[in-house]
Amino acid sequence: MTASSTRAGRPHAAWALPGVLFFSVFAVAPMVLAFYLSFTEWNGLGDPRPVGLANWQRLLDDPRLTQSLWLTALLTVTSWAFQTVVSLLLGVWAAGRQRNRAVLSAIFFVPFLLSSTAIALLFFALLDPNFGIIQQDTLGSSSGAFLAIVFVGGWQFIPFHTLLYQGGARQIPEVLHQAAAIDGAGRYRRFFSITLPQLRNTMATSGVLMVVGSLTYFETVLILTQGGPGTDTAILPYLMYEAGFKSYDFGYASAVASFLVATATGLSLLLVRMTGFGAMRSTREGM
Amino acid sequence: MGSTTSSEGGRTFSRRWVLGAGATTLLTTGVTACGSGGGSGSGGDTLTALVYGDDAVKVQEKAVARFNGSAAAKSAKGTVKLQKVPGTEYPAKLRTAMGSPNAPDVLFNWGGGSIKAYREADQLVDLTDTIKGDPVLKDGFLPSVLAAGGLDGRNYGIPMRGMQPVILFYNKSVFTEHKLQPPTTWDQLLDINAKLKKAGITPFALGGSDIWPELMWLEYLVDRIGGPEVFERIKNGDASGWGDPAVLKAAQYVRDLIDDGAFGKGFSSVSYVNGGAPAVFAQGKAAMHLMGSWEYSTQLGKFPEFAKNNLGWAAFPEIEGGSGDVRNVVGNPTNYWSVNARTRNKDAAIAFLKDCASEAYAKDLVANGDIPTTSNAAGLLDAAPNPEFARFQYEMVEQAPAFTLSWDQAVDPSVQTPMLTEINKLFVGQSTPSRFVSALQGLR
Repeated sequence: MTASSTRAGRPHAAWALPGVLFFSVFAVAPMVLAFYLSFTEWNGLGDPRPVGLANWQRLLDDPRLTQSLWLTALLTVTSWAFQTVVSLLLGVWAAGRQRNRAVLSAIFFVPFLLSSTAIALLFFALLDPNFGIIQQDTLGSSSGAFLAIVFVGGWQFIPFHTLLYQGGARQIPEVLHQAAAIDGAGRYRRFFSITLPQLRNTMATSGVLMVVGSLTYFETVLILTQGGPGTDTAILPYLMYEAGFKSYDFGYASAVASFLVATATGLSLLLVRMTGFGAMRSTREGM
Repeated sequence: MGSTTSSEGGRTFSRRWVLGAGATTLLTTGVTACGSGGGSGSGGDTLTALVYGDDAVKVQEKAVARFNGSAAAKSAKGTVKLQKVPGTEYPAKLRTAMGSPNAPDVLFNWGGGSIKAYREADQLVDLTDTIKGDPVLKDGFLPSVLAAGGLDGRNYGIPMRGMQPVILFYNKSVFTEHKLQPPTTWDQLLDINAKLKKAGITPFALGGSDIWPELMWLEYLVDRIGGPEVFERIKNGDASGWGDPAVLKAAQYVRDLIDDGAFGKGFSSVSYVNGGAPAVFAQGKAAMHLMGSWEYSTQLGKFPEFAKNNLGWAAFPEIEGGSGDVRNVVGNPTNYWSVNARTRNKDAAIAFLKDCASEAYAKDLVANGDIPTTSNAAGLLDAAPNPEFARFQYEMVEQAPAFTLSWDQAVDPSVQTPMLTEINKLFVGQSTPSRFVSALQGLR
C-alpha cells in the first residue's frame, strides 16, 4: 500500500481510471452516439443526415411502440409472477441441510449456465408441431408464443433466483423457527409469518433483476418467434434490432434504443426507491 | 448504496450497449469486417472480393486461383483475394464494410433491392456498357438471369452462382399410392388437396416460422394471375402496385388454401431452416413442398433414400384466366458479383468477372451440384450429380419468359421486414386479404 493511499484512508482515485476509461469508451460513448444518431437518417452508407425530431415523432406515432410497450409490461409482470413463485418455493426448500438437496440444487442450476441461444434453439425443436413434445401450433398462436417465451425465460432464470432465495432463507436465524415451533406454529404458519417477511430484501433484489431482465430480453424472442406471429411478440429490444439490422434504418433504431435506455433507467430507479432495495436496512431489527 | 446500484445498473445496460454499440461503432470506426482491403502495391493491386461463405464458395476459390495465375490478371496488373463471410451475417457485414474505408472491390449480392442502397450512394460500377461491348459477357449468360440482377434496366452485376428457381416438389410414393399426378392447373391442385386430406395427409409442407417459404406462394400466385409486370412495378418503388387486383386475388387464394387445411394445422411453428418442413415432406406426412431448387440437396443430405427414389418435381401450375405465362419462374435467378465504384483497379475487377462466363467456371459449378446460368451450360449437365433434375431446372429457367427475383431480395431492405410481417399476418389469420393489400400499399 502506498503512502498516499494510507494518508487518505482509502484507495487513490487513479485506481478507478481503467474502469472509468473502459466504461466511457464502450458504454458512454456509444450511448451518446446512438442518441446523436436518433436525430439523423442513416442507412449505414455515406454520412448520417440530420433530420431533427423526425425519428422521435415517428416513434411516438408508431402503433408498434404502443404494442411493444404493452407486451413488455405484460411479459415483465407474468415473468415476475411465474419466476418469483417457483424460485421462492424451490429456494426455501433447497435451504434445508440434507445432502440430496445440495446435489439437486446443483442440478437445478444447470439451465442458467447454458446460453440463451442454445436454450431457445432447444425449445424451438421441442415445440415442433410434428416432431416435438407438444404437437400443437404453439408458436403460431399469440398466446402460445407469449407463454412459450415466459416459460423458456423462467426455465433459464429460475435457477439463478432459486439460488438467491436459498441464500436468503439460510440467513434466517434458526431460533425464530424454534421459538415459533414452541408456540405451536405449524409449517405453513412459520412460512408465512417468518420465512416470507424475512425474505423481503431478497425478494426486492430478485424482483429488480427480473424486471430489468425482461426489459432487455432478446435472444429468445429472436430465435423462438421473430416477433411473431405477426407482431404479437415484438418487444422493444426486438423492434430496435429489426429497425437497425434488418431494415438498415439506424436513425430510427437509435431512437428506439434511446427510448429503451430512458425507460429502463427510469423504471429501475423507481423500483430501487419503491422497494428500498438500496437502503440496506437490516432484516434483523429488534434482534 | 453506490456499489449496489452501479452493479445493478451495469446489468441494465449491458444488452443495449452491445446492440447500440454495434450501430454506433459503424459510424466511428467502420468495423473492419473486410480486413485488409486495398492493394499491397508490389507489382499490382490486390483486390478484395467479399463473398457469402457457404459450401458453394469452393467454386469461387478455384476461380480466384485460376484468375491470379492468368494472363488477364497480369495485363490488368491485379490479383484477387477472397474474403468469406459466414451465412446469415452477410448482408449486415457487407453494409458495414461498404460504409468503411476498407470496402471490398468486388462484392457478392442478390441483385435487385439488395444493391439498391449501394447504387443510390453511387458505390457501384454501372456494367451495362461493359457488358454490351464485351462478347464474352454479352452472350455468356441467360438473358433473363442477367436482367434480373439489374435495376431499372441497367446492369450492376455478373451472374456467379447456380440458379435457384422455386419448384413444386412432390413425394412420388404418396402420389403413386393415391393414384395422383402432379397438378398442371389450379383446379387439379385443389382436387389433389381434397383427395389427400381424405387420406389424412397434409397436402403441402410449409416452414411458416421462417416466413420466406410463405412468400413463395404469393410470388407464384401473383405471377400466374397478373403476370410478372405486377411485381415489376412494385420492385421499382411504386407502392400503389400492391393495389393491383392480382395481389388481392393471390392473397384470397392463399387464405382459401389455409382455411382448407392445405398446409396442416401447425405450419407457423414449423421451420425450413432447422429441417422441420423437409422432414414432414420426406416422411410422407405432407405430399408436396413448394421450395427453392436447394430442396434437392437438402433432402439428399438429410434423407438420401427419399431424394434418390421418391423426390419428384414439377412447375407451379397454371391458373385458369390468369394472364401470367405458365413458363414464368420465381426464385433467385442466381447471385451476382458487383464492382465497387471506389475500386483502385476497375480493369482487373472486370477481368476477374469474365472468368464467371468461362467453361471452367461452369464446370466447377456443375460438379458442386449447381446449375450454371451460362448459355453453354446445357452441354455440361450430364456431369451433374443428378442430370435429370439438373436438366429440368436448366430448361425451366432457359425457357422462362420472365424470372422474378424473390420479393424479399428485390425490394428495399426498409420495405422487406414490414412486407414479411404482413405476409405472416395473412398466413396466421391476423389479417384479411383486403387488409393485407392496404397495409402493403402503405409501405414506403
